[in-house]
Amino acid sequence: MSETSTSDGALVRVEGVDKVFHRGAEEIHVLAGLSLQVPDRQFLALMGPSGSGKSTLLNLLGGLDRPTQGTVTVGGERIDQLSDRQLARWRARHVGFVFQLYNLMPVLSAERNVELPLLLTDLSKAERAEHVRTALAIVGLSQRAKHYPRTLSGGEQQRVGIARAIVTDPTLLLCDEPTGDLDRKAGDEILDLLQALNREHGKTVLMVTHDPHASARAARTVHLDKGQLREEGAK
Amino acid sequence: MKFLPLIWSNLKRRKLRTLLTVLSILVAFVLFGLICAIQHALVGGVDMAGADRLIVRHKVSLVISLPGSYQQTIDKIPGVAGSAHLTWFGGIYQDAKNFFPQMAVVPQEILDTYPKVVLSPEQKKAWLNTRTGAVAGRATAKRFGWKVGDRIPITTAIWTKADGSQLWDFDLVGIFDGQDKATDTTPLWFRYDYFDEGRVYDKGHVGWYVIRVKDPSQAVAIAKRIDDQFANSPAETKTEPEGAFVQSFAKQIGNIGLIAEGIMGAVFFTILLVAGNTMSQSVRERTGELGALKAIGFTNGQVLCQVMAESCLLAGVGGVLGLGLAWAFVLQGDPTKGLLPFFYIPPDNLLIGLGICLALGVATGIVPALQAMRLRVADALRRM
Repeated sequence: MSETSTSDGALVRVEGVDKVFHRGAEEIHVLAGLSLQVPDRQFLALMGPSGSGKSTLLNLLGGLDRPTQGTVTVGGERIDQLSDRQLARWRARHVGFVFQLYNLMPVLSAERNVELPLLLTDLSKAERAEHVRTALAIVGLSQRAKHYPRTLSGGEQQRVGIARAIVTDPTLLLCDEPTGDLDRKAGDEILDLLQALNREHGKTVLMVTHDPHASARAARTVHLDKGQLREEGAK
Repeated sequence: MKFLPLIWSNLKRRKLRTLLTVLSILVAFVLFGLICAIQHALVGGVDMAGADRLIVRHKVSLVISLPGSYQQTIDKIPGVAGSAHLTWFGGIYQDAKNFFPQMAVVPQEILDTYPKVVLSPEQKKAWLNTRTGAVAGRATAKRFGWKVGDRIPITTAIWTKADGSQLWDFDLVGIFDGQDKATDTTPLWFRYDYFDEGRVYDKGHVGWYVIRVKDPSQAVAIAKRIDDQFANSPAETKTEPEGAFVQSFAKQIGNIGLIAEGIMGAVFFTILLVAGNTMSQSVRERTGELGALKAIGFTNGQVLCQVMAESCLLAGVGGVLGLGLAWAFVLQGDPTKGLLPFFYIPPDNLLIGLGICLALGVATGIVPALQAMRLRVADALRRM
């Protein structure tokens, strides 16, 4: 178990979370009294139809948004109580994001993209370069370090995105439809990589997906519908 | 420093747009530098004017002469250290467009009054001994290829000689330099006695007097004493600091400062819109990327600083290159070959230029930077 997990082994603990959005005078209840615990080093798939609140939940877990009500605790820290600045620092230290559309900087090479989170640390240039090399090696892209995103395939771009997510060695990987924009072969390679990061590197992985094929790779799948979670059952 | 590659890369995102924006800023700052140099050339004499010198001219107009006899009276007024008189010749050398100032003076007086004029003892002696002798400033001598010993024929429409001729010949006996670049080396000075004897009218009169005062802090009181002395005479005087005199001379072609400020105001307002639009577009088209940066841990402040740094870098590159080009152009010297004797960019104007660079960067970047700072991460990520 990680140092940052709670006494019961849960790295992520969501309790009684409501999330309400306002559109004019209208209130939209996306999450209602939602609770979830994710043990340290688990690979969890979060499924559900469009508009069910999957991404909203992922944003709450990653400190990109705050719940309207309830608590979100990650690694023993109540992140729903942190300020914007504290949340940014917390994300830099503890979370790696993998996006469906990769969200790479097109003006930076692969290695520069991977280096971005390290710019927020006190590491020297040489140390940053070493971390970048390691991350790119893990995702199998050492040979493409100097390439720009536009010269990489979708699968390769997602690998760069994963390298950027793991370069600071975060506890938690949050993946929002990581294979949603890839063909089956490239998608499988990305899922292999996420599995390896979970099993071999001890990362806790939360993956939002529509795809049952992708969710089958996870150790646990939960379904979100109309703001409520339904457990599929641990494997 | 470690963020510099990221900032620089963002500017390279749309190379043509960045290049055009930098060029527009560059042109604005070239214009700024040149206008500073021209403004300084036209009114710069005001700053260069000696604080210890006063000009005495006719109360009605500069073009009306004063009696030469005033000099003895002026020299006796308490506080006056000495005086020199000058008379405008208004001549043409070879071609009407070859303008340069020519003035009839008394050699010793003028050299005493303008101590920063450097003339070798031999040439000074030759001037004192040659009635038709004249000395030219280095700039004008260089412009026309004159050398000591040349005879300089100058035609004037103002001063006719007894034989009806308006052509005057002068023997060039010396070429003077300035101790510093603020000293005007464009005039041709020739002897007043030769001039006064040769002309048929206005004999015994001079154009204006330059007065040296013993104590610059007493200049106002001395000026009043001089004007009081000649009050109610046929030729009343107006005494003013040399700077004000130079300024009134320059104002004959308009309020240079106001014109220059008007032009620069219009130019920089336009550039503000151009560069501001570039920065706004730049931020708008990478909303998703900014969201990703925030997601991986960049704080709102860091995102704001990044956008501000980009706009300041854009303005800085364009501004410094523009000021550099203007500086290089001005180093070539007075483009009018004599009309603008103080044609250079004063160092304080360069500092002002750098300040404007920074202000332009801040002004063009602040709105898009605030927009970037206020982006909600979750919203921004949806716009990738």
